[in-house]
Amino acid sequence: MSFPWAKEYTPSNPVMQFLDEKLPLPRLVYNAVGAGYPVPRNLSYFWNFGVLAGFFLVVQIVTGVVLAMHYAANAQVAFATTEHIMRDVNWGWLMRYAHANGASFFFIVVYLHIFRGLFYSSYKAPREMIWLLGVVIFLLMMATAFMGYVLPWGQMSFWGAKVITGLFGAIPLVGEPIQIWLLGGFAPDNAALNRFFSLHFLLPFVIAGVVILHIWALHIPGSSNPTGVEVKQESDTLPFHPYYTAKDGFGLGIALILFFSMVFFLPNALGHPDNYIEANPLSTPAHIVPEWYFWPFYAILRAFTVDFLFFPAKLLGVIAMFGSILVWFFLPWLDKSPVRSGHYRPLFRKFFWFGLIPAMVILFICGGAPAEEPYVMLSQLATAYYFLHFLVILPIVSQIEKPAPLPYSITEAVLGSDKKAVLGENATPAV
Amino acid sequence: MADTAATATPETAGETGDGIRRRDFLDIAAVSAAGIGGLAVVYPLVSQMAPSKDVLAASTTEVDVSAVEPGQAIKAVFRKQPLFIRRLTPAEIAEANAVNAGTLRDPQTLAERTKEGHEDMLVTMGVCTHLGCVPLGAAEGEVKGEFGGYFCPCHGSHYDTAGRIRKGPAPTNLEVPEYAFTSDTVIQVG
Repeated sequence: MSFPWAKEYTPSNPVMQFLDEKLPLPRLVYNAVGAGYPVPRNLSYFWNFGVLAGFFLVVQIVTGVVLAMHYAANAQVAFATTEHIMRDVNWGWLMRYAHANGASFFFIVVYLHIFRGLFYSSYKAPREMIWLLGVVIFLLMMATAFMGYVLPWGQMSFWGAKVITGLFGAIPLVGEPIQIWLLGGFAPDNAALNRFFSLHFLLPFVIAGVVILHIWALHIPGSSNPTGVEVKQESDTLPFHPYYTAKDGFGLGIALILFFSMVFFLPNALGHPDNYIEANPLSTPAHIVPEWYFWPFYAILRAFTVDFLFFPAKLLGVIAMFGSILVWFFLPWLDKSPVRSGHYRPLFRKFFWFGLIPAMVILFICGGAPAEEPYVMLSQLATAYYFLHFLVILPIVSQIEKPAPLPYSITEAVLGSDKKAVLGENATPAV
Repeated sequence: MADTAATATPETAGETGDGIRRRDFLDIAAVSAAGIGGLAVVYPLVSQMAPSKDVLAASTTEVDVSAVEPGQAIKAVFRKQPLFIRRLTPAEIAEANAVNAGTLRDPQTLAERTKEGHEDMLVTMGVCTHLGCVPLGAAEGEVKGEFGGYFCPCHGSHYDTAGRIRKGPAPTNLEVPEYAFTSDTVIQVG
């Protein structure tokens, strides 16, 4: 499960020896994030975001469990208990602001994590399963975040719940009964609020479970790296501890500075003022948008404005929105290029930087803008490119592209030469 | 030193003769900063479970006792717990004072358990000091126990007319909360 040169756990302390025999937890830690896990020596800071995502999952679970101690999932008092947390509970404001901004930071680091995976093709063999599990985690995160946003029972909570469950109403024939079943009523009310709270509490632990599978799957081939060249020898790797514990620790420090800058100084910058108005089923806010992390997908949903063949526009939008994430499940088989890193793929790189990234930025901006021109037309163009990129451009590029020459090994990429490669297997390692 | 520099690994870099590395300073500084940060995180996580501001705001209670006749008791609520306010009859006062306080399980005189000038006004928590049940004897017609004060039905503790434990498992007298007469007829508890 690891490279043959991985250091073995040899506890000298008798207590640890006892523990290692009965329940080898220290050994698990040693082999997972300790000196017993060799990692490519050339990882950049883009490889920090997995650890950061795990950290923010923990932040969300800890602050969320605390908030649940003071919150009541009842439509009569939910809004009032949220204010009770803000005003009466000791440090309640900190817990709630950390939880709300923690959700945003969780998505920021996960998006950077996905970006890393897309540019360096981390989804390719032998790491397909890691990628697939990652997409599952992302879908679970979206569901959890949506249901959590309903809980304060403000105006955006209520109308968000109504609009998102309304997506299911687009399904032909059974759509409306499904929507009513999901809400437990004809509009969001106590039944919906209660089940959303229950699921919002449950899903993070499901995410934690899939995260364990994600890491387990990762530790079989080990991390990819910026060259995309697989580890060949010991000189290509460094032990996780202390090298990457230190590097991740530094990244964590930066992330915490940014996170608490938001929590303490701009706690509501990413939220909507309308959500400080209690839910009112008789009045929709003038400009209703989801949280920023849903904007690209919201733009795809709204990009479909005319019916096509037998499909009403509403249904097409819903299919496209779900499809925009589901397409990631096929990515390992759509991109057939044997070269992983975008650094060695000149054609792929052009489409990535000048096609996919601008399309995502446009979708992000349009998703947060009102549904009017020019945003609708821009969303349509960007949506078209988005699907074209994954379903057409990527398979073709991977066939016709001539990749740049790859370094022989990670050692060569780092040091400029790989003595073992030149002198043979018995030469002293370069370091 | 030149030799050690040439073969230095991160584990031994900057090592001086006595085995101290320059890197030790960074290690200690980083771990200390993380430790202090960790404590700063633990403090609010512990503190949030303490009573919130609205609970603390309800922690004093004012009661008008003018309508309590001798021999009668009323129940009020103080910090979500029952409070017994009882105006003693002269006979009950005499009965309480007749006991040698030194022989009791929790030695206290009636005077020590009431306010000066208001010796007939007995204010106690309605919470048995054994395991927290509400004793009987405050409401009309309830059993008052063998000593004419309060009787706890849970495990049979008998309190006398001064609310002192006389028989049964309770360890101490019924608690007299902190209170004061804000006027002749109004008391503020807490």
